[in-house]
Amino acid sequence: MPLRVGIDLLDVEEVEEALSAHGERYLARVFTPREVEDCRADGAPAPARLAARFAAKEAAVKVLRPGAVALPWTSIEVERAPGGAPGLRLAGAAAALAGDAALGPLALSFTHTHTRGLAAAIVVAETPASR
Amino acid sequence: MPDAIRTIIQEHGRMPVDVSTLPDDADLYAAGMTSHASVNVMLALEDAFDIEFPDHMLKRSVFESFAEIRAALEELGAGAPA
Repeated sequence: MPLRVGIDLLDVEEVEEALSAHGERYLARVFTPREVEDCRADGAPAPARLAARFAAKEAAVKVLRPGAVALPWTSIEVERAPGGAPGLRLAGAAAALAGDAALGPLALSFTHTHTRGLAAAIVVAETPASR
Repeated sequence: MPDAIRTIIQEHGRMPVDVSTLPDDADLYAAGMTSHASVNVMLALEDAFDIEFPDHMLKRSVFESFAEIRAALEELGAGAPA
């Protein structure tokens, strides 16, 4: 297979419930401090932005295919370039999985609706056979 | 412990089915638990049993079934729900 593709869709309501139930502990276990800062609007992290980032992480997991390997959510970080384009920064176990599979850079696109409460993301990476 | 695990999954797993009908080794992901819901389940288990899942246990298989969750809790030395 020349490419690996991962896609994910998430109800923003799920993130709202997680924030309500687990608050800062949820944020700390799932998101990096930079991601939380990137999601702030009027002081608090915006659930829709968090949901888009979680969808991006899960889409990346589908590309990385961890199998039995433990993969903390914070080892996959969504970053925004100064121009606004999203990207993925891998660390620890996530970076090791990408290295073991000799994946090319992971390309990310994500979005969220303002009226339907949904966030979606897609991640694509080249495999050695496709380069 | 088994009843407490089922209660937590019913309350936090956003399952589309009644978890009381699922066998101990049922694949919870196949039954409808999403990866995001599994995060909520993990955090709720930590609250209930006063434990913390270390990084090396943050894998899909640990939260795949009631039996796997119970085994993980036992490995972490969890007793009765706090």
